[in-house]
Amino acid sequence: MSHSPDAPYELILRANASWFDLSLKNLWQYRDLLMLLVRRDFVAKYKQTILGPLWFVLQPLLMTLVFTVIFGQVAGLPTDGLPPMLFYLCGQLGWNYFAQTLTTTSGTLATNAGLFSKVYFPRLVVPLSVSVSNLFTLVIQIGTFAVFFLYLRYAVGMRGFGLDWHVVFLPFLVIHTALLSLGLGLVLSALTAKYRDLTHVMPILVQVWMYASPVIYPLSKIPADWRWLARLNPMTPVIESYRLMLLGAGTVTIADIAASVAIMVLFMIAGLLLFTRTEKTFVDIV
Amino acid sequence: MAARAVTAPIIEVRNLSKSYRLGAIGATTLKDEMSRLWQRLRFGRSGSDDDESTDDEFWALRDVSFDVRPGEVVGIIGRNGAGKSTLLKILSRITQQTSGTVTLRGRVASLLEVGTGFHPDLTGRENVFLNGAILGMTRAEIRSKFDEIVAFAEVERFIDTPVKRYSSGMYVRLAFAVAAHLEPEILIVDEVLAVGDAEFQQKCLGKMGGIASREGRTVIFVSHNTAAVEALCHRAVLLEKGVVSASGDSASVLAEYVKGMSNYARDLLETGGARHIRTFNIYNVKDESPASFAIGDDIVFETELFSEERVNHPSYGIFIHSPKGERLVGLHTDVQQNSQWILEGAKRLRIIWRNVPLNVGSYRIDLALWDYSSELETLVGARTLNIHAADVYGSGVLPDPAYMGSIIPDATWSMTQ
Repeated sequence: MSHSPDAPYELILRANASWFDLSLKNLWQYRDLLMLLVRRDFVAKYKQTILGPLWFVLQPLLMTLVFTVIFGQVAGLPTDGLPPMLFYLCGQLGWNYFAQTLTTTSGTLATNAGLFSKVYFPRLVVPLSVSVSNLFTLVIQIGTFAVFFLYLRYAVGMRGFGLDWHVVFLPFLVIHTALLSLGLGLVLSALTAKYRDLTHVMPILVQVWMYASPVIYPLSKIPADWRWLARLNPMTPVIESYRLMLLGAGTVTIADIAASVAIMVLFMIAGLLLFTRTEKTFVDIV
Repeated sequence: MAARAVTAPIIEVRNLSKSYRLGAIGATTLKDEMSRLWQRLRFGRSGSDDDESTDDEFWALRDVSFDVRPGEVVGIIGRNGAGKSTLLKILSRITQQTSGTVTLRGRVASLLEVGTGFHPDLTGRENVFLNGAILGMTRAEIRSKFDEIVAFAEVERFIDTPVKRYSSGMYVRLAFAVAAHLEPEILIVDEVLAVGDAEFQQKCLGKMGGIASREGRTVIFVSHNTAAVEALCHRAVLLEKGVVSASGDSASVLAEYVKGMSNYARDLLETGGARHIRTFNIYNVKDESPASFAIGDDIVFETELFSEERVNHPSYGIFIHSPKGERLVGLHTDVQQNSQWILEGAKRLRIIWRNVPLNVGSYRIDLALWDYSSELETLVGARTLNIHAADVYGSGVLPDPAYMGSIIPDATWSMTQ
């Protein structure tokens, strides 16, 4: 027999083992699964479409077109003096990542119930894979943005926008957005597993949230008296920071960023607590 | 116990219990939760833990304890609803128990389904890696076994084709091949073997048997298939209504299981409590019911079936088993009759079996009613058919079943120079 009877490996399963039970080591052992899930997401998204991965580029462009016509031309919303095309494209960088990650992760437990009721692996791998796979989408969209940026700047010769030195903080901004959406996604995922009503609320929530964030208008347009309200929204400084970093025009203060980070930390703690508690027995209620 | 000093159990299950709140099965909605809260407030019941011991509670497992030693293959058997799948889910960490502990002294891989996580749009190759990772293998491990997996599944030519273009047989073979190449110390297997064609099933059973005997791996095997449990498992645990009702060497536990099923079936027949199979009687051609029949007699089986709702494609079978539990004879409406009939209300079915070729012994009779491919009712061990000796050959020699087997052939010798 290949066993040694006093093998060091021992796992004791208890009822309600501990309140907070997050094993990063366990998660690390499943890193290959995480990357394979990312790949599956990516491949499954464009299989059987004619344009394939081109959709990752087209989708924000079409949205930008819609925004330019409806909010720029018809409604006449200002764009902080920036070319509308770049303004909307840039606003979507942070927002699309957040909205997509939030929407998908909030359904983690409910949509993967079939898989989760057949096999054990750390459930957190699935929402993490969503965050990572959306990062690839974000990179493609930043690339698209860069093409238009360079075209308008050097081929058309437009002025009045440019990179700001704060752009060195871009990686932190991306990580912050990732954790913000993941944390809230985990909270909602735990709640959705129990209350299916939330699946119907999610699309509306995301839609309303977008209009409450400065995606299609600049924060500077909000009257000073109301700005505090806009700042309660943790996505406000994220979107404004993207504009400040990539276009050199945005209204962000250190206090806004600190508040947004504090909310992110709160979401992450609540999310991990609720998620790790719910994942243990949620298959009993689906 | 002296044995404990030599090999500690690789799995220790202690006082394991799991309760489900009946009200909590099925997803709740906010509305339900609100009305529950309202009830609580109105009737002044506290929302504390003692609220959990209401009549809504259902104990799927209660105080289950057993040990499994390294290298053992243990079968978990029991009727539907006995708690087998709940036990499986707790051992596989899919859900958590209400109380009690499980100690696992080795890496566990569980196989509750084949092809978990297979994505139709991905190729066979991509799915092997994904499924392997879901089952707990690292990418390097899968890579090193990849060729072996593909060869085992016999899908070499299609490995770069999306699995949605696979036939169901190929799909299942590939999925099982991945699972069969897992190398955990503890393997937990559900009735997934009941898939694929007979030849492939044999291959899988062989692979499982091989895993346990050659590589010293511990296997927990949950099944209805008593023959498979008997062939593969050293020991078996019988669950009944969430409680361990027997445990020990598989032959004796299986006998216990069949006995329990049989008592249950006889009870149902006596009280007319079965849903569909109302009565079942054995007669001779003179319409008498003797306690036993002679070798070579003609036997009549008469069944009264009943169904309130119309059954459009009924099929009914009477199966005769040897004292060891092997199926010897099947009498089946699809086989001996094979014509369309329907069941609505009561129906009396008679079949006459001429010159019964069974040797001396007691034979178990199972009855089963199906509607096309869904099982309506099965009564295991509904009756016993007793056969006594008769000098059928006129040779004055009675065939000893231990030496001559269970079947009495209608045969004559002739000799030439």
